[in-house]
Amino acid sequence: MNNVVAQLQRQFHDYLVSLYQQGFLDNQFSELRKLQDDGTPDFVAEVVSLFFEDCSKLINTMSRSLERPENVDFKQVDSGVHQLKGSSSSVGARRVKNVCISFKECCDVQNREGCIRCLQQVDYEYKMLKTKLQDLFNLEQQILQAGGTIPQVDIN
Amino acid sequence: MAVGDLSSSSSSSSTELHVLAVDDSLVDRKVIERLLRISACKVTTVESGTRALQYLGLDGDDGSSDLKDLKVNLIVTDYSMPGLTGYELLKKIKESSAFREVPVVIMSSENIQPRIEQCMTEGAEDFLLKPVRLADVKRLKELIIRSVEAEEEHKAKHSCPNRILQNNTRGVSSLDDDDTPSSKRMKLESRVHV
Repeated sequence: MNNVVAQLQRQFHDYLVSLYQQGFLDNQFSELRKLQDDGTPDFVAEVVSLFFEDCSKLINTMSRSLERPENVDFKQVDSGVHQLKGSSSSVGARRVKNVCISFKECCDVQNREGCIRCLQQVDYEYKMLKTKLQDLFNLEQQILQAGGTIPQVDIN
Repeated sequence: MAVGDLSSSSSSSSTELHVLAVDDSLVDRKVIERLLRISACKVTTVESGTRALQYLGLDGDDGSSDLKDLKVNLIVTDYSMPGLTGYELLKKIKESSAFREVPVVIMSSENIQPRIEQCMTEGAEDFLLKPVRLADVKRLKELIIRSVEAEEEHKAKHSCPNRILQNNTRGVSSLDDDDTPSSKRMKLESRVHV
C-alpha cells in the first residue's frame, strides 16, 4: 500500500515540477499552495476554478468587442486584458499572463488582428492550463484516497 | 455585517484585527481573504469603493459614520477599480472623522511611481505590488498590531487618545531592514506631513 502512495507522490511531485519548468506556472502558484492546509484542502482548486470562469467570461466579452472590424471597442478590450492579466498573475498562470502582456500592446496600438490572435492564444493557454491542473488535482485526490499526504514541492 | 472588536483587556497576547478588503476581482478577493485569515485576521471583503463606503457608513454627505461601534483596524484596497478608485476611497476615508486614523494600504499590479507617491501623500500606510503574498500580509499585520498596542498603552497612561499611528509610522525601524530584492514595499524617503 505504501508503495502505491509513494509512487503517486512521486508522480505528483514530478508533474508539478514539470509545470513550473515548462512555464505554465510561476512562483505565485506555490504561494497559493502555502495557503492550503488540512482545514482548507480545496483552496487552490477553488481559486483556479474562479480564475478559469473569469477567463471564459472575459474572453467572451472581448471577442464580442473585437467582432466587427469597423466598430472595435478597444477600451472594453483593454479593460478585459487588464483584468485577465491581474487574475492570471494572482494565481501564477504564467503563460496566460504573458499572452496578456502582448495582448495589451496590440490593444494600445489598436491592432485588431493582433488582438484577435492574442485572444485565440489566451483561450488556448487557459484551456491547456485547466487540463493540466485538473490532472494535478486528480493526482492529489488519488494520493489522499490512498491514505497519503500531498508532498511539499520546492521549486527553487 | 461583521463588527470586529479589539480586546480591551490588559493582555496584549492576541489582538485580532478586523480587516476590510476592497477589490473588484473575485479571484483577488478570495486570495486576500485567505491571506488575511491565515494571518489570524477577521476579514470582510467588498467588491467596490462604493460598497466599502456603505459598509463603513460613510455614504452619507457628512464625514461622520452612523456605525459608531464598527471597528476596522486596517483597510486594504485595490487601486484600479471601476467607479471609485482605491485612491478616491483612500481620500474619503482620510476625510472622515470616524475612520481617518485607520491605516489604509493600497494594492496595485502596476509599479507606477507617481501613483505610489500620490497615495502615500494622501496618507496611505503602505503600497503593495500585486500579486500579494503571505510575507506582505504578515509584515502589515505586525505593523498594525504594534501601532494598536502602542495606542492602547498610550490610552492607558493618558486620559485622551492620541494619534499614535501618524506620529510614529516613519519610526518603525525594523521594516527599514527589509530591503531584500523580493521586498515590494514602496517607501518614500521624505514624507510630507499634512
